[in-house]
Amino acid sequence: MSIHIRDISKSFGTFKALDSVSLEVPEGTLLALLGPSGSGKTTLLRIIAGLEWPDAGRIEEDGSDITDRHARQREVGFVFQHYALFRHMSVFENIAFGLRIRKIPNREVETKVQELLHLVRLDGLGGRKPAQLSGGQRQRVALARALAIRPKILLLDEPFGALDAKVRVELRQWLRRLHDEIGMTSVFVTHDQEEAFELADEVVVMNHGRIEQRGTPDEVFEHPATPFVMDFLGNVNLFHGRVEKGQAFWHGIPIDYPDYPHSQSRPARVYLRPHELDIARGHEAAQSSPTGNGSLPASVLRISRSGAVSRISCRPEGSESELQVDLPADTARDLALQPGEPVTITPRKVRVFLPEPEYVI
Amino acid sequence: MPQPTITSANPLTERLLIAAAVGVVGLLIVVPLASVFAEAFAEGPAAWWRALAHDPDTRHAIWLSLTVAPLAVAINTVFGVATAWLVSRFRFPGRALLITLCDVPFSVSPVVAGLALVLIFGRQGLLGPMLQSLGWKVIFAWPGLVLATTFVTLPLVVRELIPVMEAIGPEEELAAVSLGASGWQVFTRITLPNIRWALLHGIVLANARAMGEFGAVYVVSGHIAGATDTMPLRVEKLFQEYRTPASMAVASVLAGLALVTLVAKVVIERHLEAEAHALAAARSLPDSLDNTPHDASLTTSTKGPVA
Repeated sequence: MSIHIRDISKSFGTFKALDSVSLEVPEGTLLALLGPSGSGKTTLLRIIAGLEWPDAGRIEEDGSDITDRHARQREVGFVFQHYALFRHMSVFENIAFGLRIRKIPNREVETKVQELLHLVRLDGLGGRKPAQLSGGQRQRVALARALAIRPKILLLDEPFGALDAKVRVELRQWLRRLHDEIGMTSVFVTHDQEEAFELADEVVVMNHGRIEQRGTPDEVFEHPATPFVMDFLGNVNLFHGRVEKGQAFWHGIPIDYPDYPHSQSRPARVYLRPHELDIARGHEAAQSSPTGNGSLPASVLRISRSGAVSRISCRPEGSESELQVDLPADTARDLALQPGEPVTITPRKVRVFLPEPEYVI
Repeated sequence: MPQPTITSANPLTERLLIAAAVGVVGLLIVVPLASVFAEAFAEGPAAWWRALAHDPDTRHAIWLSLTVAPLAVAINTVFGVATAWLVSRFRFPGRALLITLCDVPFSVSPVVAGLALVLIFGRQGLLGPMLQSLGWKVIFAWPGLVLATTFVTLPLVVRELIPVMEAIGPEEELAAVSLGASGWQVFTRITLPNIRWALLHGIVLANARAMGEFGAVYVVSGHIAGATDTMPLRVEKLFQEYRTPASMAVASVLAGLALVTLVAKVVIERHLEAEAHALAAARSLPDSLDNTPHDASLTTSTKGPVA
């Protein structure tokens, strides 16, 4: 089942949660709505489920308008952030709830629920109460309960938010495999970019009730469309430089920027990802790198290691700012840099964003 | 759960405080209550029974109380559940005012409440002529008693439910809706089981108050023996007529009801506390139970029947 969202707006009092959002979710896609809290992602999910009414706009499923359809008729499976399991019911009855509402005969309910328990790897736990389950198990009960009604769409609100890091990663991979087997159109909300990138076919980055960018994880990561996306994806060096005549200047180092050929100098934001920087010992004469970008003399401030990556903090010459360079731990060990040592940093890739122009010529 | 105690307190202070508390409770609660039972049974159980069962006016008063109180409680249960749901699930202008107004019966003297009802439903009252033309009698009749009792006990159920429903939150109800449940199904299958102990608590408290209500009922009843006298009114009337043993017999029934209420209240409060703990645990969790370091079931493939 495909979903078409057309110009949906929603306000809570004076707060604009969604500002004319349009989005298409093709059949069978696993799509992530990624954004900070207050970006409108959960509101959008709840509107798709019919748990919230839009102020304006339409929603279509496979081309038929469902905007006015009540949540209980939408055949949408919804997994709540804190699972919202029915506390006074057993796991079995939780999963059976939607079937009982549909007046399915007992025997059928029995087989169906056992199938689902098996699917979510909870065989034999049907008699337990939700309180007797771990977080990860509760999450899977919530999923089984949502799947029991054979929904056309599966919606998940921060599905892994309440779990600890290890369980989260396992459950994430498991959910991806489950999606590949069932092939149901699924949308999940997350504020964790790693989760979105690992799990989703497509990522929609939201901010202030609007969609900033939509694309595959690779597209979004490699070509962030806006400074917000760049910032939100995190782990980035930001500098304020200038652009003129097809070049951006960062600490006086020229970087090719053909998008701005004008001679009038303008302020720009220069983004460098720590793992897209090369570092070499000593101050070599500023040389031209293969990308046509200049090199920056700097000195090492400190070196810290986290897992497979070593992070080298540097201070560009004549500047008070800091620049992070990520190297594979092995490379960093071979290089054996010491704090205070002069180095030369060469960007392999630079992203430059101009502030919105104040006037249009 | 053991509470930490203050060990550094002066033992003399502690003893004085205990003595004072026990003294007050004993003097004001235990001794008077015991003396009611002592007086009631002074001439033996047979006399006690005669005083209750062989006086038609007393019999009627008991029957009337056992009718009026449940009616008032039933009205308050419906009102309480509906209002608590409204207030805890929706945000609307005037919401805070509505909650405050629900508390008015706690702060208004019951006599004032009774008088207010007379002003509206009495013969000279606002709705008096209309009720008269319909042939309905409210004041000096049992409907007036029900109204007065309802007024006085109104906050008890709703006040009990609002905090519990706020704490539980709407998520389970929304989950039920998304699974296809109708409003009534959500209420009977999800909401009601979740609030049952709080609701029962409110009902028990409201019932105790309804049975014992004197002031508001006194004003609207007209005090007609064998017609509009409830148990508390009957106690007072017998006492005024110097029939102390009979008065004490009825009083002992009321006091007995109070004791039953007390036991019920303690039992229910235990359940409420357990549920509150369970709710807190469900919220805080998540992986306190994930002591198994690795969920092996997830690493195998998910082959199997597909939903």
